[in-house]
Amino acid sequence: MIRQLVKNPLSLAGIIILLIFVVIAIFAPLIAPTPDGHLNPYMIPHEGYSPIPQPPSEEHIFGTTEGQYDIFYGVIWGTRSAFQVGLVVIGIVVVIGIILGSLAGYFGGIIDEVIMRITDIFLAFPTLILAMAIVSVLGPSLKSVMIALAVVSWPSYARLIRGDILQVREEDYIEASRGIGASSSRVIIRHALPNAIYPTLVMASLDIGAIVLSAAALSFLGLGAPEGYADWGQLTSFARNWIVGPYGEPLKYWYAVTIPGLFILFFVLGWNLLGDAFRDILDPRLARR
Amino acid sequence: MELRSYIFRRLLLLIPVLFGVTVFIFGITMLFSPTQRATLYITSPQQMRDLATIIARYGLDRPFWSQYATWIGQVLTGNLGWSNVVSMPVWNAIWHYLPATLELAIVAAPLIILTGIFLGSKAAAHKDRPLDHGTRVIAIVGWSLPTFWLGLILLMIFYGYFRGFLPPGRLSTQMEVVVTSADFIRYTRMNTIDAILNLNGPVLLDALRHIILPVITLSVVNVAFIMRLMRSSMLESLGKGYILTARAKGLSERVVVNKHARRNALIPVITISGYLFAALANGVVITETIFSYKGIGWWAWQSAIRLDIASVLGFALFNAVLFVVVNLVVDVLYTRVDPRVRLGGTVQ
Repeated sequence: MIRQLVKNPLSLAGIIILLIFVVIAIFAPLIAPTPDGHLNPYMIPHEGYSPIPQPPSEEHIFGTTEGQYDIFYGVIWGTRSAFQVGLVVIGIVVVIGIILGSLAGYFGGIIDEVIMRITDIFLAFPTLILAMAIVSVLGPSLKSVMIALAVVSWPSYARLIRGDILQVREEDYIEASRGIGASSSRVIIRHALPNAIYPTLVMASLDIGAIVLSAAALSFLGLGAPEGYADWGQLTSFARNWIVGPYGEPLKYWYAVTIPGLFILFFVLGWNLLGDAFRDILDPRLARR
Repeated sequence: MELRSYIFRRLLLLIPVLFGVTVFIFGITMLFSPTQRATLYITSPQQMRDLATIIARYGLDRPFWSQYATWIGQVLTGNLGWSNVVSMPVWNAIWHYLPATLELAIVAAPLIILTGIFLGSKAAAHKDRPLDHGTRVIAIVGWSLPTFWLGLILLMIFYGYFRGFLPPGRLSTQMEVVVTSADFIRYTRMNTIDAILNLNGPVLLDALRHIILPVITLSVVNVAFIMRLMRSSMLESLGKGYILTARAKGLSERVVVNKHARRNALIPVITISGYLFAALANGVVITETIFSYKGIGWWAWQSAIRLDIASVLGFALFNAVLFVVVNLVVDVLYTRVDPRVRLGGTVQ
């Protein structure tokens, strides 16, 4: 499978993009060192409070936003926040999905019915709207955004995993292990899950891009990270009032809006390129003939 | 099974879902303590002393189900609470802002579906050739674009660089005056449609100039999605036996692709109308926010950032109910379009 991914130029591009982001995230303290005496490295340092963005200079190579937040520092440390949000949310969602999905799929009957009706309720909402409602109830913060995204995303994973388990439930090896007296939890954990869910897990992990995109949207809307936190969505929202430059120089503040957005775009693109290739590999109906 | 009894059964199944949705929404409000919820009824600081009386009067400390019963009674009679942001009942706010959003959706939806189907089937017909790879890259990039950023970039270019060519908002000030004057009859409160009905060219032109960018912003991501779906559906259809038969009969490739393959490939695409509804509902919040286009998405955003919980939850409930109904309609249509879908019957 890895060889197939590297051979395809699109997925190879995806892998390279993501590797670059991983390197940025790991070496953030070296790439954009936190100034001395600055307590929380995730809060973007800023000099003064002038509302007018400043163009790229030697000191601020990507310029500064409104409020003089350094864009370079923000996007570099923002990479870390992006990975954090994506990994935490996907982690929570996959755990809930595996537990509820395998309970529903394996036992069937009333347990299945109840769990599926609960997923119906959550799936009845357009996701971003439900996430927005949850964040505004919990109070805007990055933690609320992560909780909200987990709440709106788990049902689809529970359903996928339930479907996977249903497919293998009647297989001989499940029957056999049940026959020799293995407990339900042992059958699920040792036999059903490993044989059923790897494709789903792979696809889930590739949803990190989509999760980060939603988180960025919520932050952009002013419902996410606190002001000054290194977060791509928020950096983009700082540019909202500076889209149009003064007369004669309409694109004067281009850097304020363009740069943070490009980071989001490439991050999500990396995951989607990989996801697209995987979908082809996993879907035999579309296999190259 | 008879279509009528299928619809009836589906309507019955709506009840538990809608019940669950309302319990969930109400449950969220119950996360707040009775004191916190009592403050919603307060209009002046002096009343802070009367919180206990307010809690008692509105029964805010009663058991969950008892309060739920009161609340659902209110909701069913159209009382979703008070929207502080626009100083009117939530239900009125929804009706007030809905036409603007509907206008966006009415323009965007056909555009999204037609472009997606067209590009998707083209890509499938040219599988593994440059056109296919090209559309694929465009689709993946489009799918990865942050909508809010795309909107800002479009504004930067078409509003900034081209000096106010395609401005934000719904109408320019002069046209706002025309529209609110007595001569202009507001049939639908959708500016483009009203302008046509009033035969008012300048208003139509102005409304169109304001709506183009939001429509593009709303469309790009969804076109990419439908295009990919159409492509795989079309590829599956092209691999079917009846295509082989059609080719064996000596039909031209055009007829095979357009008549035999595409029609059958459209079936799965119909089912995503439900998805499209959700995507547009999510999309208008961001799009209207960026373009200060005052529809329900803009209102929901205003409510969310000012923590106007009643409005946000009312908006969420409204969307959930609509979404559930849309899905029902799509499923029923699906059984009409595709005779292979048996209505809960047995495989024959």
